[in-house]
Amino acid sequence: MDTGSTLGLALVNLTSPPLLAFVLGLVAAGLRSDIRLPEAVYQATSMYLLLAIGIKGGVALRDTEAADVIGPIAVSVALGVVIPIAAFWLLRWWTRLSRIDRGAMAAHYGSTSLVTFTAALVFLEGAGIAFEGYVTTLLTVLEIPGIIVGLMLALGGSTAVSSGDPDRAERPHWGETLREVILGRSVLLLLGGLLLGWATGPVGYARIEPFFGDIFTGVLTVFLLEMGLVAGQQWRALAKAGPGLVAFALVFPVLAGTVGVAAGLVAGMGVGGAMALGTLCASASYIAAPAATRLALPNANPGVTLLSSLGMTFPFNLIVGIPLYLAIAQFLSRWI
Amino acid sequence: MTALGRIVCVTIVAEALLERRLVEDLARCGAQGWTAMVGHGHGPGHHGVSGFEGGNVRIETLVGHETADRIWAILERDYFPNYAVTAWAYDANVARVARYGDARADG
Repeated sequence: MDTGSTLGLALVNLTSPPLLAFVLGLVAAGLRSDIRLPEAVYQATSMYLLLAIGIKGGVALRDTEAADVIGPIAVSVALGVVIPIAAFWLLRWWTRLSRIDRGAMAAHYGSTSLVTFTAALVFLEGAGIAFEGYVTTLLTVLEIPGIIVGLMLALGGSTAVSSGDPDRAERPHWGETLREVILGRSVLLLLGGLLLGWATGPVGYARIEPFFGDIFTGVLTVFLLEMGLVAGQQWRALAKAGPGLVAFALVFPVLAGTVGVAAGLVAGMGVGGAMALGTLCASASYIAAPAATRLALPNANPGVTLLSSLGMTFPFNLIVGIPLYLAIAQFLSRWI
Repeated sequence: MTALGRIVCVTIVAEALLERRLVEDLARCGAQGWTAMVGHGHGPGHHGVSGFEGGNVRIETLVGHETADRIWAILERDYFPNYAVTAWAYDANVARVARYGDARADG
């Protein structure tokens, strides 16, 4: 693909309704607007997106041969381990964050962002670029290991984490944390949606498509307005972020995204699928990881992780990253 | 008119994701029930998480003085050092006070 068409696709991304709504949210937050999606609507919209993505992925999974998906799943599991470790060590060089904060960051960047992934799929569909139907399975696979690896890195192999009282150490609530990760709405709805879509197939899906397909981009637009507001609120703390954190939030996604794209191509995925996997690797969690790290690492500073993942990486991926990862996939596909 | 008994109303406002852990601890301490409400707000020890993903939860429970002491000990040990938690307690005159465990019917 030539530079002109890449820029054209970037422009298509920039003028898409979901992204424009996100920018509107950022502006509204900057103006200190009091617009907020009501909590119940936010939760319902989030559940809708998770279920819709899961069901569509499940329907597509029926047409996938098991042999085709085993390689990408194995690669995704490996990426789910490697990416948080890389994030943890890079943060050690680039920032002065404590071990616990670096572990919390690793958990966020090792896991994934549903909305970034969804925006990438909407972008690919808009650009007419095909992608493998099983990519949603990879989203589900990548959701969990990064969080667990990040938490283990934070705890440094010990079973205790110091509490606010320096003289006392307490065992982390592993059971509660794993329950939050595995039975939280992200994994449960994605996995449930995948099974539902796989079981019902195209015939069953046709009956619910007006709700889960036709209005999907509209719902995503509303959700991204809210995400823009939340991300924009994080920017108020931007002055407290050191240059190392800013550099990490903007550079690490490109590094992880490139590795993800290359891994996808090596595993036999096409340009669209590899770009989707790259986007997953580049994205940082904002649902499952914050809850898990808050429960398991109460001493970690959520202000740092949310500022980085939600305030910087998330907008970067939406605006710059998505077309960039496609360009990287197209570039690397000439050699891999 | 139903006689009122003296009891303690313990109110805890915390990050919403702590709700499950809190109510399990309340039950272990001997609380017979609770009411939880989700909301949003801002506290002196704001950690930057409550404006997003679930906001805050406000949990109220009516308990006897001994149970209230046990709840307070757990809050001081497990919650105050680590989380954005606000808690307060006051005496309340409650109908059918015998329902609340170790409450004193001295109202």
